[in-house]
Amino acid sequence: MQTTTNDTIIALATPSGAGAIAVIRLSGPDAILLVSNYFISSFNKKLKKQKSHTILLGNIIDGDKTLDQVLVSIFKNPNSYTGENVVEISCHGSPYIQQQIIQLFLRNGCRMADAGEFTLRAFLNGKMDLSQAEAVADLISSENEASHQIAMQQMRGGFSNEIKNLRDQLLNFASLIELELDFAEEDVEFADRSAFIALVNKISVVLKGLIDSFAVGNVIKNGIPVAIVGEPNVGKSTLLNALLNEERAIVSDIAGTTRDTIEDEISIGGIGFRFIDTAGIRDTKDVVESIGIKKTFEKIEQAQVVLFLVDTKEVLSSALGVQNLVIEIEKIKNKYPLKPLLVIANKRDILSNEEMENLSSSVSNLLPISAKTGEGVDTLKNKLLEFVNTGALRNNETIVTNTRHYDSLLKALEAIQKVQFGIDEELPSDLMAIDVKDALSHLGEITGQVTNDELLGNIFANFCIGK
Amino acid sequence: MFGEIYDVIVVGGGHAGAEAAAAAANMGSKTLLATMNLETIGQMSCNPAMGGIAKGQIVREIDALGGYSGIITDKSAIQFKMLNKSKGPAMWSPRAQSDRRRFSEEWRLMLERTPNVDFYQEMISGLLIENNKVVGVKTSLGIEIKSKSVVLTNGTFLNGLIHIGEKQFGGGRAGEKAATGITEQLVGIGFESGRMKTGTPPRVDGRSLDYSKMIVQPGDARPEKFSYLDTNFLTNQRDCHMTHTSEMVHDLLREGFDRSPMFNGRIKSLGPRYCPSIEDKINRFADKNSHQIFVEPEGWDTVEVYVNGFSTSLPEDVQFKALRSVVGFENVKFFRPGYAIEYDYFPPTQLKHSLETKLIDNLYFAGQINGTTGYEEAASQGLMAGINAHLKINNKEPFILKRDEAYIGVLIDDLITKGTEEPYRMFTSRAEYRTLLRQDNADLRLTPLGYELGIAKKERLIKMEEKEAKSNMFVDFFKNTSVIPEDINPILENVNSALVKQSDKMFKVFSRPKVKMEDMLKLDKVSSFVKEHNLNREVLEQTEVQVKYAGYIAKEKNNADKLQRLENVKIPSNFDYTKLKSLSYEAREKLTAIQPATISQASRISGIKPSDISVLLVFMGR
Repeated sequence: MQTTTNDTIIALATPSGAGAIAVIRLSGPDAILLVSNYFISSFNKKLKKQKSHTILLGNIIDGDKTLDQVLVSIFKNPNSYTGENVVEISCHGSPYIQQQIIQLFLRNGCRMADAGEFTLRAFLNGKMDLSQAEAVADLISSENEASHQIAMQQMRGGFSNEIKNLRDQLLNFASLIELELDFAEEDVEFADRSAFIALVNKISVVLKGLIDSFAVGNVIKNGIPVAIVGEPNVGKSTLLNALLNEERAIVSDIAGTTRDTIEDEISIGGIGFRFIDTAGIRDTKDVVESIGIKKTFEKIEQAQVVLFLVDTKEVLSSALGVQNLVIEIEKIKNKYPLKPLLVIANKRDILSNEEMENLSSSVSNLLPISAKTGEGVDTLKNKLLEFVNTGALRNNETIVTNTRHYDSLLKALEAIQKVQFGIDEELPSDLMAIDVKDALSHLGEITGQVTNDELLGNIFANFCIGK
Repeated sequence: MFGEIYDVIVVGGGHAGAEAAAAAANMGSKTLLATMNLETIGQMSCNPAMGGIAKGQIVREIDALGGYSGIITDKSAIQFKMLNKSKGPAMWSPRAQSDRRRFSEEWRLMLERTPNVDFYQEMISGLLIENNKVVGVKTSLGIEIKSKSVVLTNGTFLNGLIHIGEKQFGGGRAGEKAATGITEQLVGIGFESGRMKTGTPPRVDGRSLDYSKMIVQPGDARPEKFSYLDTNFLTNQRDCHMTHTSEMVHDLLREGFDRSPMFNGRIKSLGPRYCPSIEDKINRFADKNSHQIFVEPEGWDTVEVYVNGFSTSLPEDVQFKALRSVVGFENVKFFRPGYAIEYDYFPPTQLKHSLETKLIDNLYFAGQINGTTGYEEAASQGLMAGINAHLKINNKEPFILKRDEAYIGVLIDDLITKGTEEPYRMFTSRAEYRTLLRQDNADLRLTPLGYELGIAKKERLIKMEEKEAKSNMFVDFFKNTSVIPEDINPILENVNSALVKQSDKMFKVFSRPKVKMEDMLKLDKVSSFVKEHNLNREVLEQTEVQVKYAGYIAKEKNNADKLQRLENVKIPSNFDYTKLKSLSYEAREKLTAIQPATISQASRISGIKPSDISVLLVFMGR
């Protein structure tokens, strides 16, 4: 449980995903100092000397690398949202840039904010009155629930196994140390040091690998390519806006793409998805259109998921509509049998139940949604995440995508490196245990806390103790 | 017979009861110690030893606060060992073999010499309760004795049931009657009770053993001691011995398994996993073909010997046959067979941090009645219950030790927050901040508190202050004094540590893991400083710890301080959790049952999630 208010926390304040700009917020005693260490003003101004409620233009720098040009707003305690020193960094809206900036501060003394923690701090610092307490409490518990679920979802791939495996080994290691300490008088066999060293080195390598995967992971960098196949007026942009979950135009045209395939990047559950617009594949004699079809297939080829968007009203309005639809779907399935395909029946809101049933009976695995009312959009999001989590996308490598996990891994690695140092220096094992427990607790932030009871339980289960 | 109203009546004269009576009396309470047998005050029912890992630290804490256990252990010790000396200072754990009878006798004499303690021998069969407040006790003869508070320390006596093989009989210890009445009355009032089990090994005639076949286990060459006061160091010690079981012994024991109360279902209650009977060890760890047995003398003069590691409730003929197959025990004669005992306990979640029951005012529980095991655990609870009973009747705030202040704090907080399913024993790993809870600094941590309470005498405080001042001075000396390569390099070479190229502060060199105080003492500047200021062993030890482990101590202190902030957020008593709909159902239920005193305590209840704590924080405000 991290509820001390003497540390500085950071989080993305705007919804995750691509947008024109994003706001990263830091709160805590060192917020201004921390940002000033990595900020160079465009007009040679010192951030630390600025008055509260002022804005500076400049660059966020990481070593000799400029991460982004940003606007930095300063709010000094107690005149801020949380009542503490608060800095808001408005950066460009790419998830990649956002993550780079957040990572920079996590590496340098910031902690990832818990769900609802800014609001909690605001309350604790008397920025809200007690009548708002229930609302705040509800918010915290629901956000925790949601973030926990997302974390669990993300963990269902190789990542969770990897971490769980590490944690089990480390727990065993910790138990052995405790065994050595609390039962030194007794007839217990201690694991030899060389096995410990090998284990700790291995853990260190795996942690480094996971941490690197976060920095270079294709998922975060580029997003998972998703092809949307559908006729021009089928409701693609409405769907994308619905996925974004807010009334905000999508503007992130990625440079270098041609005008006919617009790509939009949206973060769902912390994972970037890159949506690629394509024309339909309806059979045609028209030369221009057949070029379009060829291009559509190229895009499907590149994509890892295909969303086949159907305008249900349109399909049901002609006699051959349903039949043609089935043929088109089969065509894609035959060509790419391994590629996950979702058929989405849009405009559910203007369809009667009877019409819907009729359609469902002809097309299997139909996902009815209404981009306009938002019905079914969550189901679609979950389906997309499911593909990621079940490994259907064949992203074989374990990739860390969650900033909170990244933060925990960094701290776990730091602790493990101290253990390595302790082994080299022949540090007494009770002191080494402090660092091992540190590492366990940081990994525990991902998989669940390790308690002293658990350590003892492990000892009692595995070793014959007692005179 | 009992005209006056006592301030505190302590029921039971074991380690918990004796400390409770001493504490309350030393603070000024008129105290009655009521026990079924005045000859067995401070009886060591199981092994004749005090201390050990984590337990030794507890005895040091009891002593630092002004309790008697440390002094009595020093007076009756026949062997002393500082365990874990090769580990870090948090692990150094004093342990002493005691003369069982001297130990008990010293307790009796210490209590007799303590003003304000009266004694009475009879079974207490009930409590006098008025308006949910205890006002005295009732004896089996029907005598009513009035008091302002009562401390129950009944040990294994409440409905005690002894098992040896297929035989079972009532008793609180072998040869002593069980106590009845109290459990039934308390359950009637609404207390929840349960059963626990523990066991003890056979005791044998030392003259029948062949020690030449065993491994000698001597005490430390330079024995230390428990009390911070001027008790004597041992100059003469008795040896223990070690032998081991074999496959043949295990086979013989297995022959009796069908008659074992452990395996035929007669004993249903849980015993401690870390102190299993020999049959349990064989059963659970079948692949292990040998177990250690420690042969411990019961005193200076007696020939009786305690067979540590051979706790059993198998039929006595099986015990005997199997033990005769152990190396060195071929001709063994039994004094007393081993046995298992079941007894009533009250799940300790029914207590407050002061050890007062939540249901009945001014009623305190300490020791095995709370589901703990061990003399040290019991004694420390007795001490705390005695202190708090005195404070309560004098309308003062309870004395509560925090988890980063003392193992005693960890013990009580664990008990009342988490409860326990099996007999609870202290381990260093139960403490989050064990680096702070060392045997070398129990006086620095606790003596000022004990003095303030009026239980630790001025003499203790003066000694502690002198130790603190001198060790601080010595630490400063290392910080401020430099050493040149010619002087230090031969010493570093000797311990395989990298040589220095230029002169450096002694503190820095001393901080290296491989460099010890004894190495530093080879430097003339250091040894003459020690002589000049007349620094004793304790000061040298304290200084060494302060220098060598400064970084880790500071880190743990820092972590503990963070937790402290949550510790300071109090939850009003009888807080209505059901109205907090944002809490999970499980959290509401558990919080209602435990009624934690602080947010920090709430966070330690199993099943309470961080989000629940955030919700609570919001409601407790700042």
